[in-house]
Amino acid sequence: MVWDWIPRNLGMLGELLGEHVVLALVPVLIGLVLAVPIGWAAAGNRALRTVLVPAASVLYTIPSLALFIVLPAIIGTRILDPLNVVVALTIYTVALLVRSVADALGAVPSLVVAAATAMGYRPGRRFVSVELPLAVPVLIAGLRVAAVSNISLVSVGALIGVGGLGQLFTEGYQRNFPLEIVTGIVLILLLALVVDGMLVLIGRVSTPWTRAGANA
Amino acid sequence: MIEFRGVTKRFPDGTVAVDGLDLTVEAGKVTVFVGPSGCGKTTSLRMINRMVAPTEGTVTVDGRDVMAGDPAELRRGIGYVIQQAGLFPHKTIRDNIATVPLLLGWNKRRARARADELMEVVGLAPEMAARYPAQLSGGQQQRVGVARALAADPPVLLMDEPFSAVDPVVRESLQEELLRLQGELGKTIVFVTHDIDEAVKLGDKVAVFRTGGVLAQYDEPGVLLDRPADGFVDGFVGRDRGYRKLGFLSDELPLTELPTVRVGDSAPEGWSLVADADGRPVGWVSGEGTVEQSAVLPGGSLYEVGSGSLRSALDAALSSPSGRGVAVDGDGRVAGALSADDVLRALAASRADEAA
Ligand SMILES: Nc1ncnc2c1ncn2[C@@H]1O[C@H](COP(=O)(O)OP(=O)(O)OP(=O)(O)O)[C@@H](O)[C@H]1O
Ligand SMILES: [Mg+2]
Repeated sequence: MVWDWIPRNLGMLGELLGEHVVLALVPVLIGLVLAVPIGWAAAGNRALRTVLVPAASVLYTIPSLALFIVLPAIIGTRILDPLNVVVALTIYTVALLVRSVADALGAVPSLVVAAATAMGYRPGRRFVSVELPLAVPVLIAGLRVAAVSNISLVSVGALIGVGGLGQLFTEGYQRNFPLEIVTGIVLILLLALVVDGMLVLIGRVSTPWTRAGANA
Repeated sequence: MIEFRGVTKRFPDGTVAVDGLDLTVEAGKVTVFVGPSGCGKTTSLRMINRMVAPTEGTVTVDGRDVMAGDPAELRRGIGYVIQQAGLFPHKTIRDNIATVPLLLGWNKRRARARADELMEVVGLAPEMAARYPAQLSGGQQQRVGVARALAADPPVLLMDEPFSAVDPVVRESLQEELLRLQGELGKTIVFVTHDIDEAVKLGDKVAVFRTGGVLAQYDEPGVLLDRPADGFVDGFVGRDRGYRKLGFLSDELPLTELPTVRVGDSAPEGWSLVADADGRPVGWVSGEGTVEQSAVLPGGSLYEVGSGSLRSALDAALSSPSGRGVAVDGDGRVAGALSADDVLRALAASRADEAA
């Protein structure tokens, strides 16, 4: 029975799934941490914005496979190092999120920011307790795109030997074993759905005020 | 005390928003900045808490130049209420109000207790504490704005058109309450409006600005209405200023007796005032016969004895279907009647007093 393949390889599938999650989501976290200050700078300064946002968009257009292959030459890693994938996906995440952060911060009503300043907030604390929380809905939207896009891009890494569940594609293809390929597709799809759902949930929990108007 | 000394604000684009302003805002009083749109009221106000820096001249609060020292520190000591309230949409009402105490380093429990206390002061029901601003009406949001500004008990309160976005009825009640609060708290309040009625109602002193950021007149409201400094002020204060002036005269008016009837009683000829079992006015009926509920016409405005002004007395007379204005006591019970003639006689008497 071909279906036996799945229960027999549960351990391997779990391992690949874990690797996939790490490869896809660690870049999301690092990218977020990097994108927030860059986006903040872009939102606060028109000249910076006109440079940073298009530059970020250009980064996103670099084909992922090219980036995986070129990176070792640039950052001095070995060609099969998983770090290549992490760095590449971090770059994509930053590219996606800089625009989200800049847009999200730009959408915070200036009246509210002015009120915060007039209450006696200094810029740093104002950013953390007023601007950032109000930017969360737009930010979550950006994070969802970044996370799902990373989950799918990790599989491309399989072509250079580090691709989490993507390895099921290369292997299944080489062995001419469709079940393995289908399993990979289904697992990646499920992972994307679960992560996306979790982000939606985090967004909802952290923005109770956005639904306040409706049930008043 | 807040002083403007030779203050000019020129924006980078060349706009002169405030031009050579010299003005002293007295401590413990309400000073109103009024004038047409774009005349520099907001800019002047925002120079007090350093949201705008003067190009020339100095602004001092209690003798200290606002430009010296830490702006955040300065602002925590100055309450600020803006149009549309400017509340934090992501914070509950309680946390909005607790903003400045928390910035000043109070612990959470104390800041929240203070917020609850202030909700009561400004007349907000306690169950609103956990709500978000979007769940409140415009008038309630303005109350939150006032409570937030008062939270750390600052000696100075800046209010920029705080009541302009609410309907006239709510605005009036917010104004009344501000006056009541001020009676208790005695803050130094600078209040910006473009509504001259609001200005003369709330201000101990009123500063009229003209376009270009020049101070046209700075006086007590009564003086402003009596003796506008020039044609601009005269035009701005408006045609009704004689009528508005009535608001500043509060002579006791002689009341005439006003018998009342109840629904089901038999009314005499002419107009009769219908009152409820407690003696509170309900409306008027005209003509002889049994008083039917359906025949009762709504009454005019009421003049409250003692608290009211000649303006409200005159309005009571003019708005009453019978031409007799209804005066009520502090509990809302009918105290007597007055006519427009009575008000005009009282006005003439007070003029004679003033001239003497
Ligand atoms: N940041 C700014 N840059 C350039 N010009 C400004 C700025 N802020 C205000 N102005 C200009 O300064 C003048 C005074 O503005 P201000 O906001 O003080 O008027 P205002 O009296 O409060 O008017 P309103 O009743 O409409 O609120 C206006 O001509 C306005 O366009
Ligand atoms: Mg203004």
